[in-house]
Parts: sequence; C-alpha cells; structure tokens
Amino acid sequence: MSFIDRYGAEILQRTGQHLLLVAVAIVIAVAIGVPLGILITRQPKLSRPVLGVANAMQTLPSLALFGFLIPVPWIGGIGARTAIVALVVYSLLPIIRNTYTGIMGVDPAIREAGRGMGMTDRQLLLQVEIPLAFGVILAGIRLAVVIGVGLATIAAAIGAGGLGEFIFRGVAVVDSQLILAGALPAAIMALVADFALGWIERRLTVKK
Amino acid sequence: MVGAVEFQDVTYRLHSRSLVSRLNFTIQQGETLVLLGRSGCGKTTTLRLINRLLTPTVGAVLVEGVSTREWNPIHLRRRTGYVIQEIGLFPHFTVARNIGVVPALEKWPPPKIQARVFDLMTLVGLEPGRFADRYPHQLSGGQRQRVGVARALAADPPLLLMDEPFGALDPITRVQIQREFRDLQQRLGKTVVFVTHDIQEAFRLGSRIGLMQAGELVVLATPIEFARSTHPEARAFLSVREEDGL
Repeated sequence: MSFIDRYGAEILQRTGQHLLLVAVAIVIAVAIGVPLGILITRQPKLSRPVLGVANAMQTLPSLALFGFLIPVPWIGGIGARTAIVALVVYSLLPIIRNTYTGIMGVDPAIREAGRGMGMTDRQLLLQVEIPLAFGVILAGIRLAVVIGVGLATIAAAIGAGGLGEFIFRGVAVVDSQLILAGALPAAIMALVADFALGWIERRLTVKK
Repeated sequence: MVGAVEFQDVTYRLHSRSLVSRLNFTIQQGETLVLLGRSGCGKTTTLRLINRLLTPTVGAVLVEGVSTREWNPIHLRRRTGYVIQEIGLFPHFTVARNIGVVPALEKWPPPKIQARVFDLMTLVGLEPGRFADRYPHQLSGGQRQRVGVARALAADPPLLLMDEPFGALDPITRVQIQREFRDLQQRLGKTVVFVTHDIQEAFRLGSRIGLMQAGELVVLATPIEFARSTHPEARAFLSVREEDGL
C-alpha cells in the first residue's frame, strides 16, 4: 500500500486542523492587536510598554510557552485552546507593531489637512489613517500568518493536532517520509498564504 | 463692526518658549490679510490659532466675535477653509471625493455634493469630465493646488486660511495661480488669511500685509503703506523685492 493511500485522508484532516488553529488564532490576534496598535497611536505614552511586552512575549521559546500554558486555568490545559492562545501571543507583535508604524507613517500633512477640515478623530482614523496604513497593517498580519503556520506544528506536542502530529511521530520513529507528510503541507500552506496576502497587500496599497 | 477674526493680546507658548507674543490685530470681513515673514517667525502658528488647531496660552482669538475656546473645534474648522503647503490631498480619494470631503462630513445628500464639486472644479479651472475620477498622484503640482483650493471652498466657508499654498510651484504656474486666485477672491469676497515668505506674493494678493518677526507682528499696513515702511525687517524684505525688480 502506498504512502498516500495509507496517510492521504489523515494528511487532509490534519491540514484542516492546522488551518483552523492558525485561522482562529489570527482572527483573535487581529481583534486584539489592531485596536491595541491604534490605541498606542492615540496614547503615545503606552507605546513603549505595549510594544515592549509584545516583544518580550515574542522572545519566549515556543515549546516552553506551550508548556507554561498547560497548567494555567481557563486558557491552558491540553488541546487546541492552549495552542491557539500561544499562537495569538506570537502573532500579536507583528500585528500591533505594523498597525502602529502604519498609522504613524501617514504623512503629517494629510493628517493636518484632515483635522483642519474638521474631521473628528474617529473620522480621521476610519476615513484616512486606516485606509492609508492598510498595506502596512496587512503586511503585519501576513507575517503573523506565516510564523503561525510554522509554529502551529509544535501545537501537536500538547495534543492540539494539526500537521505537527506527523512530524512528532516521524521524529519518534525516525521516518523521514512521515516527517515530510507534516512538513510539506505546512510549508505549502505558508507559501500560499504568503503569496495570497502579498497579492491583496499590493492591490490595496495606496499609490503616492 | 465686528472683525471676521480678532486677536486680543495673544501669546502662544510651547515648552515655555513663546512662538507668538502679544498679537493684537483685527482681520476685516472680505479682506485678504497676508502674513509675511521669515521661516520660524510664527506665521503658521498664528494661522493655526484661528481654526483652533492651537489654543492661545494667553489672550483670545475671536472668530465672528466668539473666542475659539468657546467654538466647537469641529464646527469652527468646517466653517473655515484650510489649504497648506503640502496640500494634504488624500491620496486614496479621487479628485471629486477630495473636494467633497467637508460636504460629505456635513452629510450633504450625494447629488448636491456632486453638483457642488463640479461647480468648484470649473471655478478653479479643472474640467470635471477629465479630472473628477483621477487620483492626486496623477495630477501636476499646479492641478493639485487647484484641487486644494477647491476643497477648501467646498462648504462655502466665510473664512479661508492658506499656509504657503503656492510655495512648491514653479514660478510660471505660481504667478498664473496667484492671478487666478486673486480674481477668484474678488468674485467670492471671502475673508482670507494667507501666509507666505514671498514678498512678491504678499504684494500681489494682499489687501493688507502683516509682517511678523520673532513671533511678533511688527508692521501691519496696506501694500502702499508697507512699501514706505521704515521698519528694518520691512526694509530687508523690500530690498529683496527691489533687487528682483531690476
């Protein structure tokens, strides 16, 4: 029986799990990170601590973070929930930072013109700053997705499933075919996501 | 008669440094007051005190007889056209949408906005059929300035603030736009406060010229009186003009 016959269905199922883990984590990270990034453009005093904490979280070794989270009540434990929390933690930095730098990078003359014409802060944000920063914000999300697809393979270590299952099993029994069954779809997923988001980013970036 | 804008002993300090001090003057309805001065003399600060982008540290700025502190800043700014040197057109909006920004903020019905935008484009010499759907990066510098002026006029504000709006243009386009603007101003009768460091421009456009130096208004006079001023800073500017005249 060929490898594909034996593992094909499981590869599909694990790919689906993997995609779901990353997608849920990115949606949550965007929901937290973009507003937080906007907040620190309004409260510059908060920008250093917020970016500092997000930066520090990024430096935690990923396997250790998964381990740390297991005993934490509510968000921890064995399974997908813990993995999603960890992925969110890692996705926050690029999303917060790019939201912040994207909005701060809007030409001050444009902001001045908007305020001078009587836009409220909210109107300035929604009609001018976010549309103009959109390409940069999306670049942050794209980076978070690519990192997330890779990191999610480690989620298998805490029983969250996904393509990491193959990798851990393959490593345990020294079967490189099995490792590839996890690694290859994950790499393809990362490349496709990178390409697709890059394409959207280029289409939506405003010409100067 | 109440002036359109009145500065009452206005000082503005930032980090305990005075950017403008003890400004006392009145801008009359329908006049074009040109604020002239070197870079950093406080002319832009003076302008930004009028639409409450800044609030005086001491004294008060009265617009239509009401202190800017009492004005709702959003209402005040929507009643005040504002053109800055970099123009600040929104790069992601078409020309038509850029011009219609304030009417849209004021929730005019779309057909009324469109009619107004087309009228203004014609007024500033941009053919609506050709330019309405272009983006700012597809325009020349002079065309962008026209859009900037049209945008400032969109909601028909009684007061226009202009901060070196023609500064970045080549000399030929610049003179042409100045001439057009002067004609436009004569037709519309807006009150205009115009900031520049160019004495030629001050003479071409101003019904009065206010000369600023180190945050103070040192001369305020009609162009004819100004040409006879003995103030050293005025002489310095006038000598440049005479050299140019040769």
